Amino acid sequence: MEKEAILSKKAEEFLQIFKKGEEFTKDLIKENERLRFRIAQLEEAIERTGNEEKIKLYEDQIKMLNQEINSLTERYKKVEEENKDFAAKYVEVETENNNLANLYVASYQLHSTLDINEVLRIVMEIIINLIGAERFAIYLMDEKTNELLPVSVEGLNTQEMPKVKLGEGIIGKVAKDGESYFDSNTDLISEKADISRPIVCIPLKIKEHVIGVIAIFSLFVQKKTFTNIDYELFNLLAGHAATAIFSSKLYTQSERKLTTIQSFLDLLKEKPKR
Amino acid sequence: MPNILVVEDSPTMRQLIGFAVKRIPDSKVIEATDGVDALKKLSSQKIDIILADINMPIMDGLKLVSLVKNNPSYKDIPVIMITTEGAEEDKRRALAIGANAYLTKPIQTQELMKLVSSFL
Repeated sequence: MEKEAILSKKAEEFLQIFKKGEEFTKDLIKENERLRFRIAQLEEAIERTGNEEKIKLYEDQIKMLNQEINSLTERYKKVEEENKDFAAKYVEVETENNNLANLYVASYQLHSTLDINEVLRIVMEIIINLIGAERFAIYLMDEKTNELLPVSVEGLNTQEMPKVKLGEGIIGKVAKDGESYFDSNTDLISEKADISRPIVCIPLKIKEHVIGVIAIFSLFVQKKTFTNIDYELFNLLAGHAATAIFSSKLYTQSERKLTTIQSFLDLLKEKPKR
Repeated sequence: MPNILVVEDSPTMRQLIGFAVKRIPDSKVIEATDGVDALKKLSSQKIDIILADINMPIMDGLKLVSLVKNNPSYKDIPVIMITTEGAEEDKRRALAIGANAYLTKPIQTQELMKLVSSFL
């Protein structure tokens, strides 16, 4: 009996130990699961942290690229503005260049001859082709009578062009004062052709001495208004045409005098006939 | 190298037009004083474009255009009229004869260069 009680007690103790072992194993399994879950959580967290860093990196890069785009856009706008400025300046320089070419050609032609008729023809060519005048006259001053005589006429009857006394009418006044005259009503310029009322009158001056006048009465239909180059040409004509006309007149006179003197000398050289 | 024939009786205009079109790269300007002179130049060298005035002595620009456009050897050469005649009727007449373009004086150099370049 006593032996049975001992065995029963040992069995009881073994069962207790087994139960404890079972509980311990269960705890171990539970802990293992918890740890595995935790590991999974940590792994996920680590992965997430990595993506966030990448996202942050990408975001920074996007930000930087956006700044670069903005900066480039700004620069592009500036360059575009500069380009527009350059284009405008190019047109301006080109126009100036063409105007200078016009002035150069006019000046070159005016001084290309010493023949008075040729000079007058060139002045007329300039007025027709470069200014666009349809009807006009070139008057030269007769120093003896103080009258302006029409020497070249375009688009009008030469016979109908009267002499103009110094100080008389617009033409005479321009010759007297030496100041250019421009009709302020430029809208109707191509329809006018009144010989007593020129639309433009330019004195031909050598320094302050007026030797003649250019009077324009009407312009071609396609010529609606005057531009800057026209005024430059008027100024050029006022000075250069005057000197060209004056020089050619002097040259013609000196040629004539030279011929007369030469004839006289030849006459003197001849032996008197007995 | 385009050869540009400028037909003008006015030396001033010949020089001015020559000045403008010489700026077209590699171009060469050949001058003629009237229609007859222009026909002589046409027969002696290759011409790529003609710039002609209308009012000229001996043979005017309209007669020149008519002869050029009726000649199989020259009919394809573009002709630009440069004239003081600004009326629409004059323009229509020149274009009807065969002129390719019509410019009125005083000429705008840029406009002329643009027009000439468009035919070359």
